[in-house]
Amino acid sequence: MSVLAIIAARLFKAALTLLAIAVLNFCLLHAAPGDPAVVLAGEAGAADEQMIEQLRERFGLDQPFGVQLWKYVSGVAQLDLGYSFRQGAPVIDLIAERLPATLLLTLTAFVISLVFGIALGVAAAARVGKPQDSLLTALALLFYATPLYWAALMAVLVFSVWLGWLPGFGYETVGAGYTGFDRALDIARHLVLPALTLGLFFMAVYMRMTRASMLEVSTADFVKTARAKGLSGAVIRRRHILRNAILPVVTLAGLQAGQLIGGAVLTETVFAWPGIGRLMFESLAARDYNTILGVFLVSAAMVILFNIVTDIVYRLVDPRIGARA
Amino acid sequence: MKHLKATTFLIAAALATPLAAQQDGGRLDIVVQPEPPGLMLGLVQNGPAQLVAGDIYEGLLRYDTDLNPMPGLAESWEVSDDGLTYTFKLHEGVKWHDGEDFTADDVVFSAGTFLPETHARLRASLAYVDSITAPDPLTAVFKLKEPFGPFISVFEAATMPMIPQHIYEGTDFANNEMNATPIGTGPFKFDEWVKGSYIHLVKNEDYYVDGLPHLDEVYYRVIPDAASRAVAFETGEVDVLPGGSVENWDIPRLTEMDGVCSTGKGWEFFAPHAWMWLNNREGPMADVRFRQAIMYAMDREFMRDVVWNGFGKVPTGPVSSVTNFYTDDVTIYDHDPDKARTLLDDMGYDGEPVRILPLPYGETWQRWAEAVRQNLSEVGINVEIDSADVAGWNEKTSQWDYDMAFTYLYQYGDPALGVSRNYTADRIEKGSPWNNVEGYNNPELDKKWFAAATMTSPEERQAAYDEIQKEIVDDVPVAWMLELEYPTIYRCNVQDLVTTGIGVNDGPRNAWIEE
Repeated sequence: MSVLAIIAARLFKAALTLLAIAVLNFCLLHAAPGDPAVVLAGEAGAADEQMIEQLRERFGLDQPFGVQLWKYVSGVAQLDLGYSFRQGAPVIDLIAERLPATLLLTLTAFVISLVFGIALGVAAAARVGKPQDSLLTALALLFYATPLYWAALMAVLVFSVWLGWLPGFGYETVGAGYTGFDRALDIARHLVLPALTLGLFFMAVYMRMTRASMLEVSTADFVKTARAKGLSGAVIRRRHILRNAILPVVTLAGLQAGQLIGGAVLTETVFAWPGIGRLMFESLAARDYNTILGVFLVSAAMVILFNIVTDIVYRLVDPRIGARA
Repeated sequence: MKHLKATTFLIAAALATPLAAQQDGGRLDIVVQPEPPGLMLGLVQNGPAQLVAGDIYEGLLRYDTDLNPMPGLAESWEVSDDGLTYTFKLHEGVKWHDGEDFTADDVVFSAGTFLPETHARLRASLAYVDSITAPDPLTAVFKLKEPFGPFISVFEAATMPMIPQHIYEGTDFANNEMNATPIGTGPFKFDEWVKGSYIHLVKNEDYYVDGLPHLDEVYYRVIPDAASRAVAFETGEVDVLPGGSVENWDIPRLTEMDGVCSTGKGWEFFAPHAWMWLNNREGPMADVRFRQAIMYAMDREFMRDVVWNGFGKVPTGPVSSVTNFYTDDVTIYDHDPDKARTLLDDMGYDGEPVRILPLPYGETWQRWAEAVRQNLSEVGINVEIDSADVAGWNEKTSQWDYDMAFTYLYQYGDPALGVSRNYTADRIEKGSPWNNVEGYNNPELDKKWFAAATMTSPEERQAAYDEIQKEIVDDVPVAWMLELEYPTIYRCNVQDLVTTGIGVNDGPRNAWIEE
């Protein structure tokens, strides 16, 4: 089967999966206690029957469950994620508005964690048993075990409150009116703390994974052969060991990539980063059904997409996989 | 003589300073939490929406910290002796932010057409209105069917915001495109809303009060985490933390910083009053002795000091001490565990467990429920703590699926506006958490509540409410916990921020920054 044919088949399956996810999410969410009309009315600090009924009618909640489900799913099938009655805007607009901030944060964290994780893992494996290895392993364990929320607050406290080096909140300096390069620099400065905080955990995971996998592969017969034919240590590590040891890291990276959209709720909350994770969390609290479903669906699509990408990367890294499939 | 001179000089200095020192310009960064769902104040009414939109929209009147009416869009007003006719003279030369004239027709449209359809809280008061007319462009007249004592208190910006007729007439109000770019008459205009980050308001250069506002712009900053909000204030990112923005235990740390001031004022109009609904319908709570026992079992002073870091005041009954027509001439429930045990023995309480549902508004409320459990178990009441998120809490309370549930409600300056709704039997309705959720039913007292609402003389009303408070406190329909105090924390160089009974909601109108 050619790669294209496989991708086509996978995409077809993905569409079906997404539809099933939409139905399942819809049912689960409506089964949860709470009613968006009552929440909205409740926030007003006063409500009467008339108000709740008006809201329910506007939200379409007065219709039978089956009708609501059908309307939603048929909308999704036509790529219409519905309307957020709470925020008075189409869901797709709300998501699009938040998407750049989230992608910037999660992709930066992704790249940081992958690059440094693999590099440090390789470094630790090359010096296995030595003090440098112990130090790196201990650091990785620390990052791995630190709760994200705490790490984030500590980062703000140290680098923002005490040292004053970096801004601790937001996406850019509010009201500064920067443009062009100045604006990019400003955003970059705001990006440092959240991206590092978010990246540390996965960096630790990649490092440990790379190190363990490198050590395992380094005892394989073909490595001995390579050494026997006189290749240098660096070449062996890069071309023979790493390339074989990287597969489990790719798997994990695929998993992390799937979380690029919805996986940064905590980081976004602590750093007041205007991303999708917060949109999801706040919509959930308000039972803004269409918005939550929309975010879930887009996240699910990302997971599926990155699973496909991961499979393709496998083939590039290890041609044997293509031959077997 | 020397002494006299010095005094004269000091008085002169005191008089001169505020006039000379009010400086124009500058920007204020205020925390808004959580992010409001919208800013069209006629449609969206939650606290954050009132905070931000209170600069954009205005009411006919404003209220000082003693709840006396002050000029707003109306520069003067007159109430007829029979209490049936309210005549408002509007300010001349008021313009909407899009340049159209604000006239009495807008008043008629707002109170007669728009708000009756969208504003549940005002709807109850508008039921007393017979007609609203505009005899000339600068005069609006409300005629009532019968006298309604608290009517003078319903003209606040969020209670009866003025809505532009030229934008909304004949449209589907909830879906009008202009809801995204609100147009009011207020001191600040809407500029930009970056969702998840900030809302930017700019000075209304054509504001009808000379010299106001002083500030050039106001940013309302969305910072979702309470600890981060505290840090944002520490680092100087924001200048003002409106009440309730940070957890109570962070307040002392922030107010001890140099150049930081705080005030408990600016909540008088709302007077947030916290209590636990006791489900009067079933179980031990149906017995008045059990409800009284709860009151005696609780050390409410201690809870105030520990859970709320000393902020607030232990209430004597349903009416807050800052709301009009309050009295403390009622049975006082001191912390008296022995009395509680005696009451429980009397009724033969068999140890049936009761559930407490905290309000899901953060750590403080959770701890409060734990403190109550501790106190109640000391007198032998078995308590379990229930849990729910905001939507779940709304569902459980409005469907009466609870035994004891924490809540708090605003009083809006008058018992007939913000208090009686929780106690009269006509307000026992499933589906809303803002009425008589506890199911208290006392027809005798209901008559007194209704009568007190329609009296015109303040003295008569005071006497009526004295009687009501005395009786209802003995019945303990709910367990009154605390008059909440939410200090506003701000940089001391921000002057005149809190000058009215709604505090920061219309604070930027008069505020200025001292260089």
